Amino acid sequence: MKTIFKSLLALTIVSTILSSCGNGGDKGKQGALSGSAAEKVYVAPGEHDEFYAFVSGGFSGQLAVYGLPSGRLFKVIPVFSVDAEKAYGFNEETKPMLNTSHGFIPWDDSHHPDISQTAGELDGRWVFINGNNTPRIAKIDLTTFETTEIIEIPNSAGNHSSSFVTENTEYVVAGTRFSVPYPQRDMPIKEYKGNFKGALTFISVDPKDGTMDIKFQIMMPGFNYDLSHPGRGKSHGWFFFTTYNTEEANSLLEVNASQNDKDFIAAINWKKIEEYVNNGGGTKAPTNYAHNVYSDETHSATSTMKKEILIVNPSDVPGAIYFLPTPKSPHGCDVDPTGEYIIGNGKLAAELTAHSFTKMLAAIEGKKFDGEAYGIPILKYEDILGGVVKQPGLGPLHTEFDGKGYAYTTFFISSEVVKWKLGTWEVIDRKPTYYSVGHLMIPGGNSRKPFGKYVLAMNKITKDRYIPTGPEVTQSAQLYDITGEKMELLLDFPTIGEPHYAAGIPAELIKERSKKIYKLEENKHKYVVKTEAESKVVRTGNEVHIYMTMIRSHFSPDNIEGVQVGDKVYFHVTNLEQDYDVPHGIAMIGAQTSELLIMPGQTETFVWEPKQVGVWPFYCTDFCSALHQEMQGYVRVSPKGSNVPVTYTLDGDAIGAE
Amino acid sequence: MKKSKILMIIGSLLLLGLFVFPLWNITLEAPQYPIPLGMDIHITKFVDTHEFDIKNINLMNHYVGMQYIPETIPEFKIFPWAIGIMTVLGVIIGFFGNHKLFLVWFIVMCILGIAGMYDFYLWEYDYGHNLSPKAIMNFKNPDGSVMGFQPPLFGSKDILNFKAHSYPRLGAYFMFVGMFLTFTAFFVGKKEVNSK
Repeated sequence: MKTIFKSLLALTIVSTILSSCGNGGDKGKQGALSGSAAEKVYVAPGEHDEFYAFVSGGFSGQLAVYGLPSGRLFKVIPVFSVDAEKAYGFNEETKPMLNTSHGFIPWDDSHHPDISQTAGELDGRWVFINGNNTPRIAKIDLTTFETTEIIEIPNSAGNHSSSFVTENTEYVVAGTRFSVPYPQRDMPIKEYKGNFKGALTFISVDPKDGTMDIKFQIMMPGFNYDLSHPGRGKSHGWFFFTTYNTEEANSLLEVNASQNDKDFIAAINWKKIEEYVNNGGGTKAPTNYAHNVYSDETHSATSTMKKEILIVNPSDVPGAIYFLPTPKSPHGCDVDPTGEYIIGNGKLAAELTAHSFTKMLAAIEGKKFDGEAYGIPILKYEDILGGVVKQPGLGPLHTEFDGKGYAYTTFFISSEVVKWKLGTWEVIDRKPTYYSVGHLMIPGGNSRKPFGKYVLAMNKITKDRYIPTGPEVTQSAQLYDITGEKMELLLDFPTIGEPHYAAGIPAELIKERSKKIYKLEENKHKYVVKTEAESKVVRTGNEVHIYMTMIRSHFSPDNIEGVQVGDKVYFHVTNLEQDYDVPHGIAMIGAQTSELLIMPGQTETFVWEPKQVGVWPFYCTDFCSALHQEMQGYVRVSPKGSNVPVTYTLDGDAIGAE
Repeated sequence: MKKSKILMIIGSLLLLGLFVFPLWNITLEAPQYPIPLGMDIHITKFVDTHEFDIKNINLMNHYVGMQYIPETIPEFKIFPWAIGIMTVLGVIIGFFGNHKLFLVWFIVMCILGIAGMYDFYLWEYDYGHNLSPKAIMNFKNPDGSVMGFQPPLFGSKDILNFKAHSYPRLGAYFMFVGMFLTFTAFFVGKKEVNSK
């Protein structure tokens, strides 16, 4: 009996050990659960991340800044949508940023951030991003992480194959997804074919200050232009745009735009068109679009309506544009770091197609054409083909490169990232994504010099990956280590919606130049006051302008009388601080706008139209100091026509009095 | 020229370093200031260690009722003259005087230095103790007396959430080395006389 008991016990122990070993083994295989994955994404308190990731905010209209590998969110930069937190689009200074030919538009759909480049490498000066809905391109200054310029794109609709830069940031491009009548007019929709046009817009970027200006717009056939990427290295001077709906359908596109086995990648020799335009080519056409510029000196934006645009008709510049047949409804259009391969991610195709730039030039030279479309030569597929990745997955969308000869492609339908080798076209590894990945990003992956350490996959669906938050669950991205032969999933992290696309860059290239304060002495705002003694209140008619200052921990003035119901009261508030990370806020009871959040040395303005008689307080909204709760003031509002004079004081003394 | 004279002249001339480099520095560390706030004291002016540091020190100090660091102080008029005259005197003595005068110069310089430090102490004491009666925050020492916020004359000291450091800077080292040379000049000069 004892022996049996002993042997049973022994068996139990052995099986326990075996099973726990087995468990351990299983866990070891699941990268995300292993200790090393946690270590790889752990950024200790006080330490900095290695990379910035600029991830588009999609239908939020903004641009989010994360650190990699931690996945921590640092800032949501307001770009195309109003942001009450930062008063973007609410204060008088930034309202002009959202002006368009359709008037003030408080929202857009932001898609494809791209970082400026010099000699084909990231230079970390600006991020460009497109507004998809009311076509616009924005520029974010990476010394301030603020949107400093927005240019509207006329003759465009669904500004999707945007906002990618050439390798010296000569141009940022904006291609239309929807073709529309050009010029816009009242016409039957069913007469789409041949009448609708697809505008590809080349916006020049001033190499010194980054000022954007539409150089020319190419009026292409009425296809849908989906994504684009610049040539680089040997293919510098060309730009490649994927097209779909080459069927030119105008209804039920999911069927009618999916009939052709091959659509096109449009190869545009922009250098040739630039030369044509510089020699007086193109047609000047009337137009109306907004160009909005924010100045760090006046801390204010101005909006200018532009009335003329230079249109280029493709058939007028022979030899500048070719179509590369590409299966089937290609989405991403990606160029490898050497500039040789142009990858067409045919989202409905069974294979992944790589065109060879060298072969393309040879085919052009040898006139190996397969007909033409609207006067644009179609090159022969077989003659330009560089290679095909066979059975790569389902629904390829986007490819990026690690600079070590490998490419990484997302597959939406099979929900995975696939690593494959350029040149041999063999699949090396595949890892699932959770779920339905859209685009992916390797820092510098759209440049001659990728930093091939991580790939970030941005998912369209998250379902059960996080604790639920009702029907609308979080958006999500996933980080993979790509330093080894096989990819390793390191981290899931939630993002703001919707993370369409991203651009990443080593933090070293940006962080040393990040501005700490705005210098008060350089502030050229129209309503700035640089000392408390200059703060004042001025009435002109029913407008009251309050020139206010703020410093730890009070406003000047903080008692104001003589305001009347029906007045339009402008609070022009200057933060006198010159210390890092000491913003102040201000909010006024009943003001039909947002708070202001004012950085040191900056001036911002909000408008208050008091509707009720009384004494109404305002206060600092950003916890600024130990005396933050004391940072407040009162405005006395008298009935309309009252004879209470305008007075303004601090600590009982009239401002400026000795 | 005799070695002692050369030492005396060079030693005196080194004082001129004070016109170029700061004499002293006060630095304030706090958890909220990973880059500390600091002020260099020259013989003619106060200078920010990093731009706007003095403004920010004033902002911090107003919570406990301390006065603003003034734009200028009377000493900034006196110090350059004192240093200038001592330099000229030292050079003249170096050329024409004997080793005994070297020692006299050195002793006068020491007295001036001590007077300067005493003056600095008085200013610091006033700065740290002459607090506004409307001070936002009042602190008491364990014995019930009003807490002062005087920075240390030399060395480091904890003051509330700040750690204050007070140390000589390059200008002072020029002066110390110069004075040491003049003191050495005295002994060398004495030896030269004796060896005759």
